[in-house]
Amino acid sequence: MNEATIARQSLPVRGTGRVGTAWWGMLCLIATEAILFVYLIFSYLYLGAQSPGSWPPDGPPALRLALPDTCILLLSSAVLEWGKRMHRREHRRGTAWIVGLALTILLGAAFVGIQGVEWSRKSFAFSDDSYSCAYFTLTGLHLLHVVAGLIALSVVLAWSLAGRFRGQGYEQPRLAVLYWHFVDAVWLVVFAVIYLLPRIG
Amino acid sequence: MATKAEHLPQAERAKLDRTWETAPGLFGWVGTVDHKVIGIRYLVTSFVFLLLGGIEALVIRIQLAQPDLHVLTPEQYNQLFSMHGVTMIFLYALPVLSGFSNYLWPLMLGARDMAFPRLNALSYWLFVCAGLFLYASFPFGAAPDGGWFNYVPNAARTYDPGPNIDIFALGLIFLGISTTVGSANFVVTLLRCRAPGMSVNRLPIIVWGTFTASVANLFAVPAVSLACAELWLDRNAGAHFFEVSGGGQPLLWQHLFWMFGHPWVYALVLPSMGIVSDALPTFCRRPLVGYTAVAIATVSTMIVGFGVWVHHMFATGIPVLALSYFSAASFVIAIPSAIAVFSWIATIWTGRPVFKVPFLYFSSFILMFVIGGVSGVMTASVALDWQLTDTYFVVAHLHYVLIGINLFPVLGGIHYWFPKMTGRMMDERLGKWAFWLVLIGFNLAFFPMHFTGLMGMPRRVYTYPAEMGVGGLNLTTTIGAFVLALGILLFLTNVARSLARGADAGPNPWDAPTLEWSVPSPPPPYNFGVIPLIASRHPLWEDRLEDIEDASVLERGFLLDEDRETLGVTPLDAEPDVILKMPGDTILPFALALSISLLFGGLFAKSIWLGGAGTLAVLVVLTLWFRPRAEPLQERPALYE
Repeated sequence: MNEATIARQSLPVRGTGRVGTAWWGMLCLIATEAILFVYLIFSYLYLGAQSPGSWPPDGPPALRLALPDTCILLLSSAVLEWGKRMHRREHRRGTAWIVGLALTILLGAAFVGIQGVEWSRKSFAFSDDSYSCAYFTLTGLHLLHVVAGLIALSVVLAWSLAGRFRGQGYEQPRLAVLYWHFVDAVWLVVFAVIYLLPRIG
Repeated sequence: MATKAEHLPQAERAKLDRTWETAPGLFGWVGTVDHKVIGIRYLVTSFVFLLLGGIEALVIRIQLAQPDLHVLTPEQYNQLFSMHGVTMIFLYALPVLSGFSNYLWPLMLGARDMAFPRLNALSYWLFVCAGLFLYASFPFGAAPDGGWFNYVPNAARTYDPGPNIDIFALGLIFLGISTTVGSANFVVTLLRCRAPGMSVNRLPIIVWGTFTASVANLFAVPAVSLACAELWLDRNAGAHFFEVSGGGQPLLWQHLFWMFGHPWVYALVLPSMGIVSDALPTFCRRPLVGYTAVAIATVSTMIVGFGVWVHHMFATGIPVLALSYFSAASFVIAIPSAIAVFSWIATIWTGRPVFKVPFLYFSSFILMFVIGGVSGVMTASVALDWQLTDTYFVVAHLHYVLIGINLFPVLGGIHYWFPKMTGRMMDERLGKWAFWLVLIGFNLAFFPMHFTGLMGMPRRVYTYPAEMGVGGLNLTTTIGAFVLALGILLFLTNVARSLARGADAGPNPWDAPTLEWSVPSPPPPYNFGVIPLIASRHPLWEDRLEDIEDASVLERGFLLDEDRETLGVTPLDAEPDVILKMPGDTILPFALALSISLLFGGLFAKSIWLGGAGTLAVLVVLTLWFRPRAEPLQERPALYE
């Protein structure tokens, strides 16, 4: 790079996506949170591997609620992505975006509700044994992330409705969408570990 | 060539000053986001913790000076050695390096601030709050007492029912937030906030070290936060992660703790090795030998460092195959370390050493590093480790590593950059006295400890019988500890004196090669009048080094004076691709740190109201933090010539 190229350049201000800085900050957050789940899953698997009895003690957990719940969460990610893309195409008139966002929040809330029902139907309590505390901690930590994502999406929805994102260069919607996708991706792994793995092993 | 920053017209500099300077009064004091102020605060605060941890160590050494002493009760002794470890490792060793990096990074990289100035302030305030939290129960005689690695079941509710361990568990999670936030800031700063031309092959080594440590922290800190959360749940909610009666596994704690702990040890030394790699060449009057090798060694040390955690657990009954693997991996770490050592030696060997105080610290650091490294290789061998583990040999090893590789470069680094930070030189004569006291005191204290350990004295026991025959060695160690403390005291006296009446430094008193020395001392709030254009690793030595083709340009470049602005560049090649807007003074970071403190207070007191209020406050502050501001995207050229 030499001086001549610099002199000819004009530059965007603030920048969006990977040209800005907020997107990179969000990647760091996602990386460190993802690894937190890795360590928690390690704990779960370690306790299982060292457990003298069967793991889970009562056989693999039922899929009756968990499978539809997983589909709901996946659907929410798809709807949100649809809203975001329509938003770009609509040149920010924003109906599709608002609809997509609201629908995602409803689906996310449904996930939390169904998870609550599943918890209340469990035959064991948090403090019973190592499986029960690992199960509730792993699903609970994920649920906490879903709630955090829902709060973020709701704030973004409120700002969208208030017309705070007119113009370009706002990163908040992009970051909230990215975070929501991450929360969903984590669930797929948690789901595979808790519900599917015992069926294979 | 020293006063390059002064070329900008007075009116232009005044405008930048108005834009960038911190507001006066209490608001500015609490709300500043200036990386230089935050960096110095980090340094000062971590030195306060160094003194606290040091005083604890001296009390411990009085107790151990002779056999069968009863200056301390066993309970007091447990709390003191635990808080000594927690303080030195968590509240001094990493924060002090964050201080250097916060202060130096933008100046070395050619930026006006870090990528996220508000996060920078947040990580500092969180560090202070977490430090206070960890010390909150100390005055009540209920400080953490399970050692810095806090093994279960000793730390379980059954054996330690008081608040001691809860403070440890919550405090470490709390501090982890600060570390994570700070690390993310370093990572993004390196990727995006540099001067044009400051490509990855031109970065100072301290930047490599801190970047590597920061990436590692992002991946390692969650392990200890999780372990602490699980322990807290075990103790307070009846969980069975470690509690054997319900199928829990005590060894799980050790795995999680050392998956964090070992990378963390490298996070404590890689940036300080970077300090030496950057500053030592200045006193050898030549560039560092083997820059690329040292940079690669830095990164590869950390990568291998993630695969050696079990060497802390050789005596726990792990399968032989695992022992062999982790032992071999631990031996491998010696290779990148040796590369760095040979580079430093070659730099001195082929240079023309100038025996100033920083050089004394840096060159003796190499010796301490080798001693600590060799005892490390010894303990990497499983057979020997079974004999040495839990004896004072390990204590000697870890102090050679941490004091030798962290404290020595830190003291040298403060001598080196003090003129940049304050505009004044530190006193050479006083500095030399302090150095010799530190060097002699340290070796007097810790070299005999190897023998104490070889003779079988177990660590973490409050006293020992006279028949063991280690009374003389222990007395020597105690005397050494006090000499070391005297040296530190003299060092601080030097700092205080030099602040008041040190000689005027000027921009580049050491005739050093890197970018931070091109700006006045202390640097103006905006760091650089124009963003420089970098063409080499040694922008200020270009006229005397033969192998450099392009010259760096420090007088012309992007002016960026519309508002608080700095340049964003592409991650690898550092080509400018965006103008970044920087936030001004704000109390949001301080408010967020207080809210999080409230939340942790609620967790500790198990109060729904306190915790709920904290959570609510966190959400409110975060919403304010991310609120959209009406600043449209625009394009414009901006060049000063």
